[in-house]
Amino acid sequence: MSEETKTDEPPAIETTTVKVDGREIDVPKLTADWQGNLVPTTVLQACEHAGIEIPHYCYHPKLPVAGNCRMCLVHVGMPGRPGPDGKSPMNEDGTLKIDPMVLPYERSTPKGVIGCATNLVPGMEIYASSPETKEMREAVLESLLINHPLDCTICDQAGECKLQEYSVEHGQAESQFAEYKVHKPKAVDLGPRIMLDAERCVLCTRCIRFSKDIAEDDALGIVNRGSYNTIATFLDTPFDNNYTLNTVDICPVGALTSKDFRFQMRVWFLKETNSLCTGCGTGCNTVIGSRENTMYRYEPRENDAVNGPWMCDSGRLNYKWIGSEDRLSEVKGASGWATAITKISSKLEKAPSGSVAVIGGARQTNEELYLLKKLANKLEAITDSSPRMGEGDHLLSCPDKNPNSTGSRLIGIAGEELGSQLKHIASGIETGTIKTLIVFGDDVTKTGISEALLDKLDLLVVSDILPNATTAKAHYLLPGCAHAEKRGTFTNTKGRVQKFMKALEAPGDARPEWEFLHELVENTTGQNGFSTIEGLFNQMAGEVEAFKAKELTWAKLGDTGVTVEL
Amino acid sequence: MPQEHKLLLKYADAPDYSKDLECYERHGGYQALRQALDIKASTGADGNEVTAQAQLRKSVLDSGLRGRGGAGFSCGLKWSFVRHPNPKPVYLICNADESEPGTFKDKQIIYKDPHQLIEGMIIACWANHVNLAYIYIRGEFTEGAKILNTALAEARAKGYLGKDILGSGHDLEIHIHRGAGAYICGEETGLIESLEGKRAYPRIKPPYFPAALGLYMCPTIVNNVETLCNVKHIVEMGAEAFAKLGTPNNTGTRLVSLSGDVKQPGYFEIETGKVTLGELINDPNFGGGLRNGNQLQAIIPGGSSSKVLRAGETFKVDEKQMDLLDVPYDFDTLMKIGTMSGSGAIIVIDDSRDIIECLANLAEFYAHESCGQCTPCREGSLWMNKALHRLTHGEGRAEDPEYLKHIAHNIQGRTICAFGEACAWPVLSFVDKFKDKFEEKVSA
Repeated sequence: MSEETKTDEPPAIETTTVKVDGREIDVPKLTADWQGNLVPTTVLQACEHAGIEIPHYCYHPKLPVAGNCRMCLVHVGMPGRPGPDGKSPMNEDGTLKIDPMVLPYERSTPKGVIGCATNLVPGMEIYASSPETKEMREAVLESLLINHPLDCTICDQAGECKLQEYSVEHGQAESQFAEYKVHKPKAVDLGPRIMLDAERCVLCTRCIRFSKDIAEDDALGIVNRGSYNTIATFLDTPFDNNYTLNTVDICPVGALTSKDFRFQMRVWFLKETNSLCTGCGTGCNTVIGSRENTMYRYEPRENDAVNGPWMCDSGRLNYKWIGSEDRLSEVKGASGWATAITKISSKLEKAPSGSVAVIGGARQTNEELYLLKKLANKLEAITDSSPRMGEGDHLLSCPDKNPNSTGSRLIGIAGEELGSQLKHIASGIETGTIKTLIVFGDDVTKTGISEALLDKLDLLVVSDILPNATTAKAHYLLPGCAHAEKRGTFTNTKGRVQKFMKALEAPGDARPEWEFLHELVENTTGQNGFSTIEGLFNQMAGEVEAFKAKELTWAKLGDTGVTVEL
Repeated sequence: MPQEHKLLLKYADAPDYSKDLECYERHGGYQALRQALDIKASTGADGNEVTAQAQLRKSVLDSGLRGRGGAGFSCGLKWSFVRHPNPKPVYLICNADESEPGTFKDKQIIYKDPHQLIEGMIIACWANHVNLAYIYIRGEFTEGAKILNTALAEARAKGYLGKDILGSGHDLEIHIHRGAGAYICGEETGLIESLEGKRAYPRIKPPYFPAALGLYMCPTIVNNVETLCNVKHIVEMGAEAFAKLGTPNNTGTRLVSLSGDVKQPGYFEIETGKVTLGELINDPNFGGGLRNGNQLQAIIPGGSSSKVLRAGETFKVDEKQMDLLDVPYDFDTLMKIGTMSGSGAIIVIDDSRDIIECLANLAEFYAHESCGQCTPCREGSLWMNKALHRLTHGEGRAEDPEYLKHIAHNIQGRTICAFGEACAWPVLSFVDKFKDKFEEKVSA
């Protein structure tokens, strides 16, 4: 028993006491830096613990500290310099004497420290909301605003702009600036996906640091000097790595905008839905921004177990197909869902055992693959998923371009190697032992089952989202849903089981695959299942070994998922 | 009558003196180095061994030598921030960027007596266990870079540089790096960034104190040319004798660059604090007085960033009443009267000058030279410049003095490096001390 409790207990966190706005709070002595190394906790982080936001532009928890915006200047009190006895000066009551910091050359003027780069010192007092601190903040904000264009009305950042937010909180209604503003280039084409408005830039260098230290592409820098400083690429080299759009996310103002999203929609109209990227096996957490059933953008959603706060450009822009004109939206082979399901069910019931093969694409959810597996078990069908391999990189992109290969393996649709059964299925069709093929979300003509082979089948049931060579051959075509149009879970390559929520309504008659699979399974196996996604997931979690070991439930997945043993 | 006291410039301007090694040696050159290398380890009061290097560092501390680049920080104390033995290599950089307007003293040494600097550097490197050092020289000193390179080659050929210097077992190489003409490269962490091949953005301190995380994130000592030359003289004279030069806590000599409206602008070497501002300006041995019978209007006493002093000002220093012209030219008294001796550059302004034009000129320099890394300085330096030029172009407003002070207040003490003070101080002091001139300008 004692062994178990030992392994589960996290190591004790050493804390230190600090006074924030007169209130003593305990904060951890060490905090993870941008690379995850434990380093001394800073003033800014201590204030966060105290529930007080220190405004900032250049500081970002996942980037190296720059300390250039000065917005996080805070007035602090420090213990005096230790005397010859090694002890700091004391008050009469025996407590440590704390002196508010002043300028060394003008002792009547308070001196601030930057919260992002100043470590806590025992005894330190942080005057996070004092008039002195406020004055410093207002002054920095005033400096940032004097040359900033007043173009919020046409700026894409409006509504999620730190300059706007802090101006409301710390700014003045009227400017005393009596000079001409500095003008800088606008609509600068930085690269294929990024546009720069140099006038809006506050030169926080987040984009430079991201590109250099995270994307490992030292592509951005600053040219010119002083107030004329401008973000630029080297000469005319385009800013073009697979992570450029993250700079738009971290740009605290409207300087860097996404060519894909700019001028498309005001952000306050967007409905936000937690989702996942389906571009590869990494399973980056995302937020879908949609309005009136149209998706406008993906943004990464922070999950340190998966993607941190980032996602790749190819994944981010991989959403246009969702609303495309040629989406499958009609049931084919029958006059509607009810007839189709009844007809397919009765055909499957009559299928001799071993005459059916099931290909469940690894783009289907865990729940859908689980239901397909149930169906396959009943029919004693051979199963597989098609592999889709590509190139990966050092950061997030993974060579496995299926979002749910791991789920397919764990549930038993695919073996250890995806696609290893496909040739057996092909030869089964060829020799006539396999008469029925069920395909979900896979164009099997691309993975070794030719159209000629499909022609030999007695029954081809296909569910998909977009038309392809396989859907063209289907006897029954069942229109499915994009992930954005349903709920479900994927298991990423590292075994993280994560859920996504529904943002959009599916087009036409398209339905979530798990819903009609549930009906098909019930008809074919005679077993009643759960008709809600929560119930279905929990049922699956009780049967699939890896999920069972972690006692997964839909609720337990939370927003960021749970990692299972692979 | 006040006199120059020539220590560093003892030979530089002598008619028969040349910058080659042979001449330097003939004048006793590299004897201090031999002397330093001959120091033997001793036993301290606690019975522990005190290395020869530690003794030399102690002697530089005891000499009271203060940095000649601008801040006047104790050289020995600066050296003591580097830990020995250090697991990382320790670097020494000679700051020869000399970019503070009004300053032209390091140039005299580099151009006329380069071996004095090199000898000082070799001794400083030996004392601080440095095997690789750099001279960061301002880009405009093209000839200076050539001279130093020639001198380094001569020193190398004679075994003063390279492997096993004079049989001491100590190796040292010195490289010259030419800047590309930015004022900010004189800021020590900006200089280090520039030396690393990057844009000269000063580093935030903490954590990047050069003594711990300097060049290539290794402990680094950055000293001014004049400071390093003094090290040679401390070895030669001994710390005690050196400390007797000048005044207490303001030891040694200072090279003063005198410019502006005086009859005899130029550079002078004085015992620190032994000559007053008035003597420097008016004495025939120094400035020789103002030109064309003009009257003194103002003194910028320590490079363009130091706070201005107005003619006729009086001060109370240590309970003693003092006229401006009686202020001894040293570190501490100038601090006590609210300004600084900085890089030792005195700019004299007579009453023929429009003082607002003078300030606008300074502001323009700082707006042009702000690196733009941090917000208050980037935006504020140009803001002040624009406001001042509006004033000089006849569009001044009654509220402009307060407006200017507001901008300057928002810069000083809130920036990454001391450039913030450098650009704010002239504005703050000119506005404070010449309010009447601002009023005249506005009503004109």
